[in-house]
Amino acid sequence: MRIVIIDDSGLRATVLEEGLREAGYDDIHIVPPRGAFVARLERMAPDVVLMDLGSPSRDTLEEMLTVSRALARPIAMFVDQSDEAMIGAAIDAGVSAYVVDGLRKERVKPVLELAVRRFNAFAKIQSELDEARTALSDRKIIDRAKSILMNQRNLSEQDAYALLRSSAMNQGKKIVDVAQALITASDLLGGGL
Amino acid sequence: MTTGLKIAFLPLTDAAVLVAAREQGFAEEEGLALDLVRTTSWATLRDRLVFGQVHAAHMLAPLAVAVTLGLSQQAAPLAAPYKLNVNGNMLVMASGFAAALDPDLAARLADPLGTAHDFAAAIGLWRRKPVIGVVHRFSSHAIMLRYWLASAGVDPDRDVVLRVLPPSLTVEAIRAGEIDGFIAGEPWGSAAVDAGLAETVAIGERIWRRGVEKVLAFREPWLEGNPDTVDRLLRALVRAAAWCDDPGNHPALAVLLADPRYVDQPADCILRALSGQIIARTGQPPISSPDFMLFSREATPFPWRSQALWIYSQLVRWNMVAHDAATVAKAGAVFRPDIFRRALAGSNVPMPGASMKLEGAVHMPLAVGSRQGELTLGPDHFFDGRVFDPERIDDFLASFTPSR
Repeated sequence: MRIVIIDDSGLRATVLEEGLREAGYDDIHIVPPRGAFVARLERMAPDVVLMDLGSPSRDTLEEMLTVSRALARPIAMFVDQSDEAMIGAAIDAGVSAYVVDGLRKERVKPVLELAVRRFNAFAKIQSELDEARTALSDRKIIDRAKSILMNQRNLSEQDAYALLRSSAMNQGKKIVDVAQALITASDLLGGGL
Repeated sequence: MTTGLKIAFLPLTDAAVLVAAREQGFAEEEGLALDLVRTTSWATLRDRLVFGQVHAAHMLAPLAVAVTLGLSQQAAPLAAPYKLNVNGNMLVMASGFAAALDPDLAARLADPLGTAHDFAAAIGLWRRKPVIGVVHRFSSHAIMLRYWLASAGVDPDRDVVLRVLPPSLTVEAIRAGEIDGFIAGEPWGSAAVDAGLAETVAIGERIWRRGVEKVLAFREPWLEGNPDTVDRLLRALVRAAAWCDDPGNHPALAVLLADPRYVDQPADCILRALSGQIIARTGQPPISSPDFMLFSREATPFPWRSQALWIYSQLVRWNMVAHDAATVAKAGAVFRPDIFRRALAGSNVPMPGASMKLEGAVHMPLAVGSRQGELTLGPDHFFDGRVFDPERIDDFLASFTPSR
């Protein structure tokens, strides 16, 4: 079974491809939805095409599936229209799947289920990455507030941090919010740094 | 109690009524909390609606007909009780191509028939078949472009390449040379003009003076099962639409739409379609087109069944669906004037007495019978002078045979 993954995000495609390979599928191709990707896809004659539901290029892909004379058999979305739970899970996970006509649904279903799991896993990684990024920028903000305190009030780094922390506790706020307020105030007052 | 409603939309100026209903409090007054779900392809908007992720969608009118007829992936009966706008499309072509057209921009836009013939000649001068972007095969834009090209003897399936791409990718595609022009809803044509990549070649409003554009589409069973919610939403939208049509509100509306959660394009670019001040080439003064995009006046939201059937006639014309009586009935039934009447009974919203009319027969503003309020229809003629009689679809289709 030839599976083509149309995806812009290198990481998501990799996460999906790895999963499919582990499950024993080996005829897998990744095509980014840019330039003449439709012509490439036509030449590949895939059995299953997996694509991010959020990709703006879905209209382009569907048009190709409608008019292509190169593809031997028509390709339609999802394999079993009656399996509403499956379709619901796929849409929630952001997976759209196009399957060639005649491919038995028992053969396709595991692919789709795997894609749903991997898309969900990717979404989790993505949100963890976002959290990590936020944490990193939080730390930068706190560092800057600390150095303002160290300069203006002649505190050691440790004391500056302790002061931020106790202020946050007294006001029932997060340290990063107190730090941000301090930076804003300092900027307004022309304290610079 | 507040009812939550999810409505999918694409980043386009004609999502205006939905955005205004949410942002200006019209929905809230009806006890509705709108969650507008930004979507970047028509396929995904369709799937979100068909598979029940949203309650309603800002949909291309022909797509609603096509999904109901089973022409676009999973078949599902859709119902459109409300038109979100008429008009609002623009065909732009790369400056190199447009150089072969009338250099007088106002004259070019005012005379679609002459420009269609110039366009046909320009195809011959171009080094290859021009590639024209359309947002979807089942879009008002694609249907209008086909109608316009065919009037000059251009076969849209043979003499040009129509490439499907979503509105938000059009500007990048023309920049990359992947397409030579495109027809799309605003603000994307203006965005390409502003980028210095293209010129306006035709505006939808001059091809069909009152062209059906986006509808509010529901799954039919859901629409039937939730009459109270549907009626409240339609009442909110009618008031939002009147607000959107008021020239005094256009600048504020443009700013609302410019928000990254909605269209995410500069407000001054969005404003042009709203105020009907079209810049056809960068650096040139605007050309006035006061009917460029309508939301409210002339009973714009009323879903005339004859308009669904006009769309159907064009799908038949281009061999996208087989023509038979059962399909005619199914296509016409997608538009639901009965629901519109129910929701707005007893209000002062102008209410046509009929559900069908001749399309393209009005050349001057025309006062017509209305069950409530006063109703004047604006000119709705086609640039080629044809009139569509929904009772005589066969005759209408036969009238095209020589040019195809």
